[in-house]
Parts: sequence; structure tokens; C-alpha cells
Amino acid sequence: MRTLVGLLTSNQALLQLEAARCLHELSHSEQSAVAEACLPATSYLLTYLSGHSSDFIELCLYTLGNLIVESEAVRRQLLPQGIVPALAACVQSPHVTVLEALGYALSQLLQAKEAPEKIIPSVLGSTLPQHMLQLLQPGPKLNFGVAVEFAWCLHYITCSQVNNALLITHGALSTLGLLLLDLAGAVQRTEDAGLELLACPVLRCLSNLLTEAAVGAVGEQMQLRDERVVAALFILLQFFLQKQPSLLPEGLWLLNNLTANSPSFCTSLLSLDLIEPLLQLLPVSNVVSLLVLTVLCNVAEKGPAYCQHLWPGPLLCSLLGTLAFSDTEVVGQSLELLQLLFLYRPEAAQAFLQQSGLQALERHEKEAQLQDRVHALQQTALHS
Amino acid sequence: MQLPPAVHARLAGGPGAAEPLPVERSPKAGAVPFRFTARQVRFPREHEFFEDGDVQRHLYLQDVLTQVAGAPERPRVPEFTCQVAGCCQVFDALEDYEHHYHTLHRNVCSFCKRAFPSGHLLDIHILEWHDSLFQILSERQNMYQCLVEGCTEKFKTSKDRKDHLVRRHLYPADFRFDKPKKNMSPATPRATVQVSAEALGAEGEQVEGDAMEVCSEPAGERHTAGRRIPPTICFGQGASRGFKSTKKRNKHQ
Repeated sequence: MRTLVGLLTSNQALLQLEAARCLHELSHSEQSAVAEACLPATSYLLTYLSGHSSDFIELCLYTLGNLIVESEAVRRQLLPQGIVPALAACVQSPHVTVLEALGYALSQLLQAKEAPEKIIPSVLGSTLPQHMLQLLQPGPKLNFGVAVEFAWCLHYITCSQVNNALLITHGALSTLGLLLLDLAGAVQRTEDAGLELLACPVLRCLSNLLTEAAVGAVGEQMQLRDERVVAALFILLQFFLQKQPSLLPEGLWLLNNLTANSPSFCTSLLSLDLIEPLLQLLPVSNVVSLLVLTVLCNVAEKGPAYCQHLWPGPLLCSLLGTLAFSDTEVVGQSLELLQLLFLYRPEAAQAFLQQSGLQALERHEKEAQLQDRVHALQQTALHS
Repeated sequence: MQLPPAVHARLAGGPGAAEPLPVERSPKAGAVPFRFTARQVRFPREHEFFEDGDVQRHLYLQDVLTQVAGAPERPRVPEFTCQVAGCCQVFDALEDYEHHYHTLHRNVCSFCKRAFPSGHLLDIHILEWHDSLFQILSERQNMYQCLVEGCTEKFKTSKDRKDHLVRRHLYPADFRFDKPKKNMSPATPRATVQVSAEALGAEGEQVEGDAMEVCSEPAGERHTAGRRIPPTICFGQGASRGFKSTKKRNKHQ
């Protein structure tokens, strides 16, 4: 290693490059002992990040990223060696390949188990957040590979709940919302299966950030209100259904967070005729059913004006279907929705009876978690 | 999943929020035995909800990293020579030339011709080695700045700075870009191997493996195809070693 570091720091440029390649090879080892053997090189790898040779910097970044993943001892050394300011300086690079490598290295650093206490605060205190968001802005300069890396970086930061309010003041909700619209547009045009790699972290960030905005820490202008987001989300849900059904829960999670406290977004679901498409997702899986039903409850609980648009319609029939599911949670959520529907739209209870609703309820009378609600609904239906 | 055409049209339209329908809740909604409350949900790190998406991310990265690791076939071009005055290095790939240029010719001190990996280190070098005002000021105030970007500490002496680099920033004691200023004496055939004080590790262990230490090359020294070892690399005790003459010398007593 001593020899390798000597070559890495020699003034023979080509030897330096080859030494860096050797280190990069070593960094792929899955043994943390090998990563730790590379410790003597890290101060130089960081120093070279402020250089200008883009291929070399890219190599150093991938090497650092790999070493970071493998060993906590490496991370413990890199932080006092100034990795965060070094990465922050790199983010100004005009080279797309460097930015992608930087995003990779940063995402590995942010994923470390000690990140919320030891790493994320200094990242948030640097200029990285603003630059990350700039690199996520849709437009002609958006590079997909770069955006993927930084979207994941942002996800690791937001789900750690360290200081999401700061991100919101930098316009994260607005940027990510616009990016979501852009993604939906791209999906419409190409159906490229790679787009979900970017969609996934964007959905996660938006969902988690929305919970911050609601706390009222943020001014009106920073909130997400654009109805196009709902349209975009459904276009992505349709895309997921065809290409990556495992991401449907993530998309529906966002839909829940958009609709839970927002009469406006609930109204959009109705005015854009999205209830029926939502119901088409029910058969996918129990997790998806549960989320769909939760979103529908979000709409129904807003009162009669909303339930008027839920019945007459395909909803009741779908609920009779979900009552036949064996999953207790799905059935439970169906019961919650029925309660809201019967409360705000009593005529629906009558139709329910006529469609053999009571029989559908009966099968769950003995289920401990469900029986109280089943009985309550039976009473309501009978008295309607 | 069929989407109504209004959805696509809406996406293409302008920003705006829907005028909300009136909200009117009954206290019976979600009342016992029911329990529904509309609420936003947040998922923390490591939640199993993220498992599927995380797996896809991992697979994507494996692909990317494999591509990066596989040395790409760098396009060869007809051989050309570095155009910097006095440098004769020859190249047949542009990436090699780019790295050579940035390493040897870009951040070069115009006083002593040493090359540095970054503008930042070059600036510090010029200040500390070639600025006489610096010497004067450093007698009264801490002028030796920490080399780590983001650290604003300054020190009275180069040694103090080194101690800081080692203790606070876990830098190696023989960090190549923090050599203390050498005493400027006219060219002497002295040893130029840098097995010197700062190369000694914390335990006083001599770093002999650094024999490959390259003395800073004056830019423009002879370099042909990188094969010949430049004369400025010195092994052992000095360039002046040569054959001992077999002739008897006159010994003065």
C-alpha cells in the first residue's frame, strides 16, 4: 500500500492514473479489511477532488464511494479529513460523469448507519442541498444518471428526518413536484423501463417532505398545491402497473399524503375521474388494496359533497369484492369506508343491502378485530 | 389501468389547484368502534416498506459499478507531443494527456516550478514559500492555514499546522503536499531523498518505503515516453556518487 500511495502521489501523471485504477480495483473488495488497508490513500483521494482532471476525479470518487460502503473505520477517518467540504467543492464540476460519480459517493455516505447523527447535519450545513436541488430541476440540462444519484441522496436525507424544514425552504417540494411532472411526461412519450429508478426516490422524498410542510413550519408559498401532480402521479401509477408493480405502494403512499389533509387534492381526484382507475388497482395485492382503500377514505371523510361523487358509481361493487378478501386489514379498511359512505350518503346503505351486502358482512362476524365494526354496519344498513 | 383523457390533458395544462368542494364532517365519522382518521404517513430509514425499491436501486448500482470498473477501451489517436515548452511527453490517448496536463502543467508555481494537484494548494504554497510579506506577518499572527477545505484554523508555524492536520484531520504525518519550506541553498550535490523529519511516523518509524519519492520536477525536464527514470529521482545518498577512483590520492598528513 505504501508503494501504491507513493505512485499515486508521484509526479508521473500516467503512473498516478494507473495507481488510482489499482486502488479502485481494491475498493471493490467485499472485505472491510481490504477497505481499511486503503486508509493511507484517502487524504490524497480527497485532495485530488479539487483538481481538474475529470477522469481522474471520477475514479477517485468511485473509489471513495466503494470504500465508504465497506467500512465504518474508513468513514470515521474520512469525516475529519474533510470529505463533506471536498464533495461540496466537486459539485460545481461541469462534467456530467464527475457529477454522477459524486452523487454515487455521497449516496453511499448518506446511507451509512451513523449518517443521521454524524454525517447528515454537516451535509445540510454545506452548500450541497442547494446544488443537489439545482441538479434535479427539470429542463434541458437535466441529466438522468446524475438526477438518479442525487434523488437517492435526497431520499436518504429526508427519511432520516434531521432537518427537512431546511430542504423545504430551499424549494425542495416545488423542484421535486416539477420533476414528477417531467417524469410523467417522459413516461407518456417513451415508456422507458429505466424511469422508475428516478421516480422511486422522487416519490419517497415528496411523501416524506409533505409531512413536514403540514406541520405548519413552512409558509404558504412553499407548499405543494399544483393539481398536475395528481395527474402525473396517476400516469406513473399506470406505468408502474405495467413495468414495476412493486413500486405501486410507494406511489399510493404519496397519494395518501397528498389527499389526507387536502380537500383540494381530494376534489381533483373526483373532477379528474380518477376513482375508477384507483379501483382497478384493488386486485394487485393486499398492500395495494389497503392503500387504495385508505385514499378513498381520505376522500369520503371530507363529507357529503365528496360522497355524492362516490355513489352511485363502481365503488360499492368494489367494496363488496374487498369484503371477500381474507386479509383482515383490507376488510377492516373496507368497513371504515363503508361507515363513511353510509354516514354521508345513506342511499348507498340501501343499495348495499340490495346487493347482498349483509351476507358479505356475515362472514366476518366472528373475527375479533372486525366484529364490532361489522355489527355496527349491519345495524346501520338495516335501519337505512 | 385506464386513465381518462382528462388526466393527460391536465398534465399538459397550467399549474393550479382545484377549487375544493365544501368539507362537512359529522362527529360520528370514525367514532368507536370505527377508527379511521385521515393522516399523512412518514416512513423512516430502514423501514421494510422501502425494501423493494431499495433492491432495485442496488441492482442498478451493481450495473453501473461494473461498467465503471471495466476499463473502457480508450480511443487511440495518432501520437502527439505535449505542447508545453520543454515537455516532450508523448501520448496516444486524450484522457492520458488531459491528466498529464492537469497534473504537471496546470497548477505550477512560477517561482520554483513545483506542480500541485489543485489551485488551492498552489496558492498556499506561493504564499508560504515565496511571499516575503508572509514571513513578516507570520511573526506576529497565525498565518499558516489548515490545508483541509472547510477548516478555517490558522497556525503560528508550519509544524503546528502539521500537528493539527495529523491530530484533528487524521492526515498522514508524511503528507506529500505539506512539506516544510527547505532552506534555500545553492544547488548542492546533497541527498535529495526526503527521508526527513516529517517522514517519521508517530512511532518514529523510518519510512524507507518512500524511496520512490520524486523530487519536484522542474517542468520541462527530459521526458521521453515516460520510460526513462528522470535524473531527479535519487536513490540512496546523492547524485554525486560515482566510481571511486582507483588512483591513489595524495594524502596530506
